[in-house]
Amino acid sequence: MEHIISVTVENKFGVLSRVAGLFSGRGFNIESLSVAPTLDPSMSQMTIVTSGDERIIEQIVKQLNKLIDVIKVVDLNETEFVSRETAIIKVHTKDQDRAEALRIVDIFRANVIDSTPTTYTIEVSGDPKKIEAIINLLQPLGIKDLVRTGRVAVAREPVRSTAAQAKKVARE
Amino acid sequence: MKLTGAEIFIECLKREGVKTVFALPGGVVLKIFDTLHQQKDVEVILTRHEQGAGHMAEGYAKATGKAGVCLVTSGPGMTNVITALADAYMDSVPLVCFSGQVPTNLIGNDAFQEADNVGLSRPCTKYNFLVKDVNDLAGTIKEAFHIATTGRPGPVLVDFPKDVSMAKAEFTYPNSVSIRGYNPTYDGNKWQIKQAAEAIMKAKKPILYVGGGVVFSAASQELLELAEMTQIPVDMTLMGLGAFPGEHPLSMGMLGMHGTYQANMAMHYSDLVIAIGARFDDRVTGKVSEFCPYAKIIHVDIDPTSIRKNIHVDIPIVGDCKTVLRELNHILRATVNGEQKDLRRPWWDQIQEWQQAHPLTYHQEKDGPIKPQQVVKRLYELTKDRDPIVSTDVGQHQMWAAQYFKLAKPNRWLTSGGLGTMGFGFPAAMGAQAAFRDRLVLCIAGDGSIQMNMQEMATAVVSKLPVKIIILNNGFHGMVRQWQDLFYEGRYASSYLDTTPDFVKLADAYGAVGFRVKKVGDLDGVLKEALSTDKPVIVDVPTYPYENCYPMIPAGGCNHEMILEDPPELKKKQSGSTKVTPEDKDTVLTA
Repeated sequence: MEHIISVTVENKFGVLSRVAGLFSGRGFNIESLSVAPTLDPSMSQMTIVTSGDERIIEQIVKQLNKLIDVIKVVDLNETEFVSRETAIIKVHTKDQDRAEALRIVDIFRANVIDSTPTTYTIEVSGDPKKIEAIINLLQPLGIKDLVRTGRVAVAREPVRSTAAQAKKVARE
Repeated sequence: MKLTGAEIFIECLKREGVKTVFALPGGVVLKIFDTLHQQKDVEVILTRHEQGAGHMAEGYAKATGKAGVCLVTSGPGMTNVITALADAYMDSVPLVCFSGQVPTNLIGNDAFQEADNVGLSRPCTKYNFLVKDVNDLAGTIKEAFHIATTGRPGPVLVDFPKDVSMAKAEFTYPNSVSIRGYNPTYDGNKWQIKQAAEAIMKAKKPILYVGGGVVFSAASQELLELAEMTQIPVDMTLMGLGAFPGEHPLSMGMLGMHGTYQANMAMHYSDLVIAIGARFDDRVTGKVSEFCPYAKIIHVDIDPTSIRKNIHVDIPIVGDCKTVLRELNHILRATVNGEQKDLRRPWWDQIQEWQQAHPLTYHQEKDGPIKPQQVVKRLYELTKDRDPIVSTDVGQHQMWAAQYFKLAKPNRWLTSGGLGTMGFGFPAAMGAQAAFRDRLVLCIAGDGSIQMNMQEMATAVVSKLPVKIIILNNGFHGMVRQWQDLFYEGRYASSYLDTTPDFVKLADAYGAVGFRVKKVGDLDGVLKEALSTDKPVIVDVPTYPYENCYPMIPAGGCNHEMILEDPPELKKKQSGSTKVTPEDKDTVLTA
């Protein structure tokens, strides 16, 4: 099963290769990985999309925790989370296709971020299914280039139900 | 006052209590060696190969419980020490290795003797550092020793560029270390420990399965108390030998592939396995799906990744063996009464039945070829009063040593378990001898593996490390030959070594003393003479070449299905032959 694991690490050289080496050395699978510094520039946030059965995921989480440069590991599948991915897609657009391309952009609430007489460069964000869907629709026009960021994700803040809140207010 | 990087290095070693460094110089570490040469606090033992330096540091660490330190040069110096780092990583040996590096401005330029030391050692160290600024050096060394010796111990590499060793900085040594991503758990979860205690009270067929973690956390006393209080028999892993007294009535000896019959049967039929500082290695579990089919499993380990890595665990306890055992004993002391003994009487009877049915056996004829087991047994009996430290290489002789050398105390057993590194034994013994100059240090070796670090005999002679090497010389890579006989129809592909070199002459050539045992009747006399020699010694004991090590669980086999003796066709083939026959040699050549 697919899991999204959020890893807070020291922001210093060599950390990425320690994490990547852990996955390759133990035969774990990385589907995507994104890294960027956090608000505190001494730390970086990694979002790793991986897959495996319960035992493998448990090992991945433990092995990540064991790395000395890893500060915190959260398996987001254990909570509610939101995730997004961005894709930048360069499409061939012959005269008759340009309007169709823009319609698709509109439907998916995507943006055209660059344009030439024969191409559009489109930026789209969303969950992976949405990205797959727009790629499928743009494919007949001719995709010249495609880059995806891989997913980033964050846990949802727990929200108390309104009933529980009402109770709490009543008690107070 | 400002100190050079090299001086800071030595000051740090002194503050860490390091007395001995195993080292081999080279271009980029000359400044460090020059500085070491001008002081007397830290002794340098010059090895003949960097792998030797690494294993010596391991032997030192295993015997003392403190971090071993080695120092090598860049490039080939580093690549040579990798085997020792990997060995230390597998066996959780606290080690700090300093590697020379080309000057920082040349790193990445393919400079002379440059290698990516940090990259090379990453998969086989607990952590590694590249020091780019002399101002960071002291802090880095402090962290290196901290990481190597705390939590689950392991090797740490500090890569030390030439310019950093020459640059100057103010020296201040930090008093403490704080690494936000590294906080090993020492105290076990109290609730889990309580669960474990309850399970122990209820178990009818409990068994303790203890490993190297007990040795490293110095928890032998606590283990002894637990076993005696609850009357639970103790299985030891290869790394755990010495954690529990080998001659104690509750000791089942070693378990696993070449473990004793009773140790493996007790594991298989147990209803409660209490694993302490052991990691369910494949040499212990055999076929995982049929491992301990009737047992609940308690697993105490300081490394969370060891728990549930290979097998399912019912009561996991992350923590230091000593701390957890203390807590467990504390609870049990208040609850244990006479009832458990009655509850477990049938189990104990069963174990004794197993013990009597298939004890470790071999047959030594009075005038026949010398059996390797006989050598280990006599060596044990002749030396046990001297509380020796024993190292081994890897192979048949290692298993016989594990079976017949019944260690009474921890930190006496130096062997390469996880990585199975041939060539480990001799340098490891030297490392232990360097730490304890007055103690008896034995190295039980095979004629194959001793040749893998033979060059260190020069170090032993020059540095006056009077290790006693006993070579069980069967002219084969014996364990390979055994597998070939059992699983490859007796084709001795590249396992026959012949009878060269002459180890007695070789010892002589190095300035050591060589002995040869010509017949079994001479064994005691020669061993006694060798043991009373105060120089490094090789005792060459030509042994019966076809002796196989039993019990044996074939790889991937099940723990209660042991091979206990040679299969009939093998017995027939080898009856009476003491030398490798011409037909055997043909198979060697044609295979």
